[in-house]
Amino acid sequence: MNFPILSSLILLPTIGALFLLFSKDKNSNTGKYVALFTSFVNFLISIYLWYLFDLTTSSFQFVENREWLKGFVNYKVGIDGISILFIILTTLITPLCIISVNNTIKVRLRDFLIAILIMESLMIGVFCSLDLVVFYLFFEAGLIPMFLIIGIWGGERRVYSAFKFFLYTLLGSVLMLVAIISIYWIAGTTDIVQLYELGIDKKYQNLLWLGFFSSFAVKTPMWPVHTWLPDAHVEAPTAGSVLLAAILLKMAGYGFIRFSIGLFPVASELFTPLVYSLSLIAIIYASLVALMQEDMKKLIAYSSVAHMGFVTLGIFTITQQGIEGSIIQMISHGLVSAALFLCVGVVYDRMHSRLIKTYGGLVSVMPKYSILFMLFTLAALGLPGTSGFIGEFLILMGAFKDNFLVAVIASFGVIFGAAYMLWLYRRVIFGNLINKDLLKIPDLDNSEKFILWSLAIPVIFFGFYPEPLINTIETSVKDLIEMYNYNLNIYAFEVKSND
Amino acid sequence: MINLNYISAEIFISLSIMFLLILGVFKNNSSNIVHNLSIGFLLITGVLILNNNSDDSVTLFANSYIVDSLSSLMKFLTIIGGAFVLSISKKYLKISKIFLIEYPVLVLSSILGMMVMISSNDLMVFYIGLELQSLALYVLASFNRDQLKSSESGLKYFVLSALSSGLLLYGCSLIYGFSGSTNFNIIGNSMDSTHYGLTFGIVFILVGLAFKISAVPFHMWAPDVYEGSPTSVTLFFAIVPKVAALTVFIRFLYVPFFNMIDQWQPIIIFLSIASMIFGAIAAIGQNNLKRLVAYSSISHIGYALAGLSVGTNEGIQASIVYISIYLVMNLGLFSCLFMMKRSDQYFETIDDLSGLSKNHPILSLSLLVMLFSLAGIPPLAGFFAKFYIFKSVIEQSMYFLAIVGLLATVIAAFYYLRIIKVIYFDTEKEKYDTDHSIWLRISLTISTLLILFYFIFPSKLVKIISGINIIQ
Repeated sequence: MNFPILSSLILLPTIGALFLLFSKDKNSNTGKYVALFTSFVNFLISIYLWYLFDLTTSSFQFVENREWLKGFVNYKVGIDGISILFIILTTLITPLCIISVNNTIKVRLRDFLIAILIMESLMIGVFCSLDLVVFYLFFEAGLIPMFLIIGIWGGERRVYSAFKFFLYTLLGSVLMLVAIISIYWIAGTTDIVQLYELGIDKKYQNLLWLGFFSSFAVKTPMWPVHTWLPDAHVEAPTAGSVLLAAILLKMAGYGFIRFSIGLFPVASELFTPLVYSLSLIAIIYASLVALMQEDMKKLIAYSSVAHMGFVTLGIFTITQQGIEGSIIQMISHGLVSAALFLCVGVVYDRMHSRLIKTYGGLVSVMPKYSILFMLFTLAALGLPGTSGFIGEFLILMGAFKDNFLVAVIASFGVIFGAAYMLWLYRRVIFGNLINKDLLKIPDLDNSEKFILWSLAIPVIFFGFYPEPLINTIETSVKDLIEMYNYNLNIYAFEVKSND
Repeated sequence: MINLNYISAEIFISLSIMFLLILGVFKNNSSNIVHNLSIGFLLITGVLILNNNSDDSVTLFANSYIVDSLSSLMKFLTIIGGAFVLSISKKYLKISKIFLIEYPVLVLSSILGMMVMISSNDLMVFYIGLELQSLALYVLASFNRDQLKSSESGLKYFVLSALSSGLLLYGCSLIYGFSGSTNFNIIGNSMDSTHYGLTFGIVFILVGLAFKISAVPFHMWAPDVYEGSPTSVTLFFAIVPKVAALTVFIRFLYVPFFNMIDQWQPIIIFLSIASMIFGAIAAIGQNNLKRLVAYSSISHIGYALAGLSVGTNEGIQASIVYISIYLVMNLGLFSCLFMMKRSDQYFETIDDLSGLSKNHPILSLSLLVMLFSLAGIPPLAGFFAKFYIFKSVIEQSMYFLAIVGLLATVIAAFYYLRIIKVIYFDTEKEKYDTDHSIWLRISLTISTLLILFYFIFPSKLVKIISGINIIQ
């Protein structure tokens, strides 16, 4: 039982990357198989981890604790019901990304695979870390490979997008660093488990919350700091967009649950209206912007902003349904947005255009593609029977409990979502086939079919049977909310006794 | 009876300088042997310093010379820096036709001066060391005298540095006048801290010191001198004198004037913030890498000063950690610069790096590591350097300094990213030569590995430095 299973999850992709680094040939398939093999083994380990995972307790499991920065920060990793799902999502998406490079990456394949594998290590690290400094390390280090992925293999405006992505995120994060170091001096530790027990003095909470918020809001991304996302998504290569949408954005949602709610209940209570308003603006505004897009990737990028608006809304309802819904929505959005970006990637590889007007009438040329695309479109707009529905439904339920008006406005987002997704589908797939070049393009090949089906199956499965997801997160979320309310009461009591 | 063992390193290096001079004069074509010997002598000096390393501090020569853990560590850093500079610049010197015996001798003398500075416990001794190192540096800056730029930079450095030395000397005399002694301990004990004369003295001395480490607003010489000097001298300028001057900063502020912290703290904070911001913004427009390094070193000195401004042992230690990591990063960066050579010509603008990653993947990977580390992105060593600084700064609730400093890192990240962009995203140019000397390869490998894998054993360096407690 003492085998460091989480550390091996983190390290394995890096070891694979080192293998690749020392391999001689730069573009052959051997490198791809090495990368695929490591990431697939990692996926199996994470599934096994889920199997070993004890559902009945909310305390952290598989904890490893090693001395790192002497007498100050320990390397501490561990998972609970919330983080394990994100880890599985990461390990599922990465091999699919690696398969998808077949058609998309033409130059410097080896370097690309190294970047993806290192990215996987760092993303798993983010979801495992139980120490604020360790978390920050993984969180920030992810900027380096992503910057290179966008910049080297991206589209025409890649340099601009890569810089924007890097600088926006860095600017947000440095304030989080100040907050983390301040927590160390206020509470004497950066260990999350201990901080949960100790609590943080009420008078510091607001500023600290804002420090964390500045980082997570950029990463989520929330309005008005979302502008890096469409640029980054549009210019990144398909695999990069997939990683960005499916996992990088979830880091922020995860951070909100783990840190903002967990550590600063008083401040979270105070700032809930702020988060609500920003989330609602994100939902409505991003949906309207998405309606007007002519570039498919940009449209999906804006839909991500809207979906993440639902997530932040759900988290700050601080209800069982709201938070569970947010987590499921994040997992679902991870699968669906990844699939949508891959779908765009499929036609982009064939036509080298992301513009909607290039297409139209694809249904007669690519029937298999049209079916899968439809499935993911419907999942994105939250049709019952897909995982998207469960998340949105739970979030709205939580929101109704907390604030009626907010829930009503958010519901409009669902309608808008249906509008822009269906309209996109209609323009791309149906209609008359005007562009004659489309006649020549082949339908999905085997690897594309494999990738899309491996995303489609969980989307449908969890749509009909969300039990496994809910069971996994239920205990952890319940205890989180209990702790939240307990801490709030203590602080309220303190205020009264001081009076 | 004074135990000369404690200064055996200084004695040894002085004797080697004389020996090398005699050897160089009497033997024909001796540049190669003098160069190699000087590296050997430096290493022996390093061993001598380690040999005398003890935790308790010893004062010599009527309390004017101090040997303690701070001085041992900083001298060791100076010598390692000097040895690396000499060993990796040999080929550069040959190609630039300045492979002369005077070069290693001058480097050694300036290191001797720095060692005296580092160990000084008296304003007089400090000034002697400072002048010895400066005189050697003036000559080094204009060493490539056939080139206009090099002579210009030497002259510029000389004029401005002489001015700052004058100010510094004036400060020394003021302090002597108001406290009755030049010895740090006596000044500290007998001081009437309410007296304005002393404050003026401190300000003048700080101005002089700030000039030596090129802190804003006394930085004007740095970009020109860095650009004009031979690259090997630029490397020397960028790392070694900073280590020495920072030590003097520490000793001067914290031994005699620690109880006047209210007076000097705002000055240091101002120097720190101004350097961080100015260094970051001014570097954005640069295209010459050596000029860019000048601005980047200005902003890095700002972070080191931020640690000094705190007024705690942790702050001092953080500064020392910072300067050590900074030294390694610059060694790596300049090793890369020395590798940008095509048929006996060195290149030094950012455009020359264009598309480097396609022809030279390993070299560009090292550069990538160095640049991200200089920008302070985790998990590279540069992040930890900044992390310790801000940890000590926030401990004293100096949030303004911390936030300004961290925002400056974001601005600074921009120009480092710009170089990375040129290396990785732009189209390639002709290949560079790959016949590098073994020393160059070794120094690049060592520095890259140290920076890249620092996060695995981050406590090792801190443990060594945590023995340094200036404030009792």
